[in-house]
Amino acid sequence: MEQSSAKDPRIGRSGQPTTMRVELGKIREFARAIKDDNPVYFDESYAKREAGGVMPPPTFTMTQAFWDESASRIDHGLDMRRVLHGEQEFEYVKAVHAGDTLTAKARISNVEKRPGKRGGEMTLVTLETEYRNQSGEVCLYARSTIIETAKPVEKKD
Amino acid sequence: MTASKLYFENVKEGDEVPSFEVKNLTRTDIVKYAGASGDFNPIHHDQTFAEAARYPTVFAHGMLNAGFVSKCLTDYVGRPGLRRFKVRFTSQVWPGDTITCGGKVTKKYSADGENRIDGELFAKNQKGETVIQGSFVAALPSRQ
Repeated sequence: MEQSSAKDPRIGRSGQPTTMRVELGKIREFARAIKDDNPVYFDESYAKREAGGVMPPPTFTMTQAFWDESASRIDHGLDMRRVLHGEQEFEYVKAVHAGDTLTAKARISNVEKRPGKRGGEMTLVTLETEYRNQSGEVCLYARSTIIETAKPVEKKD
Repeated sequence: MTASKLYFENVKEGDEVPSFEVKNLTRTDIVKYAGASGDFNPIHHDQTFAEAARYPTVFAHGMLNAGFVSKCLTDYVGRPGLRRFKVRFTSQVWPGDTITCGGKVTKKYSADGENRIDGELFAKNQKGETVIQGSFVAALPSRQ
């Protein structure tokens, strides 16, 4: 982390807010895909007793990133052919339940450049998305770090 | 299935998160996650595309593997008490791989009026290579 680029112009850029409904069917589809049979996703009376209602799995808000394919996009200036998902973090502030409506607002919270393993320079961009419920309360933050790997050194013949 | 509830009094630092295993991950598993998440990056389902990008075949979404780790974790701490969940992707997961998830409790304390535990998480493939390193914070109910 030698060149902390605090002044990178991309930091602070934000996308248009997008709204998603937390749907029961989508929760179950998602839980099945991650092979999670927890009754908090499938049994409404159990979920009501234990969690105040059916909750989405911890990584469920990944579905929002693809809910609106254009409006929430932020120009991060990366070459998508060289991009990898490096890290993902979720901070849960308030419980979310099936039927809630979440509004997501994403911004670029950090940009760092580091030397690549095989020379060149890689760029790490962290996107932070804040999710608020229908009452305007912050429910969670998702932080996604994507890595643009170093550009291959071009050979001259 | 109703997992037995974990109470703060019954946890000590160093306790292991019971492991969860996914045997022989299939392309269908990967496609199911693509549909559920909406992430249709062709690198995860299109063999022709994957080969053109110089991969031997398609590979799982990092967030599918993270989902398996989250299942392992919430089977242990429950879903409502989860306060933080973080994963770092260290290697790809390929069709046919067997993934084992687990972790351990590293700290037990009180904060913000809650009884909390911190812990480490991992997912490894059948060769013992780490594919995910992770961490968590969870609030646990008290017996009192």
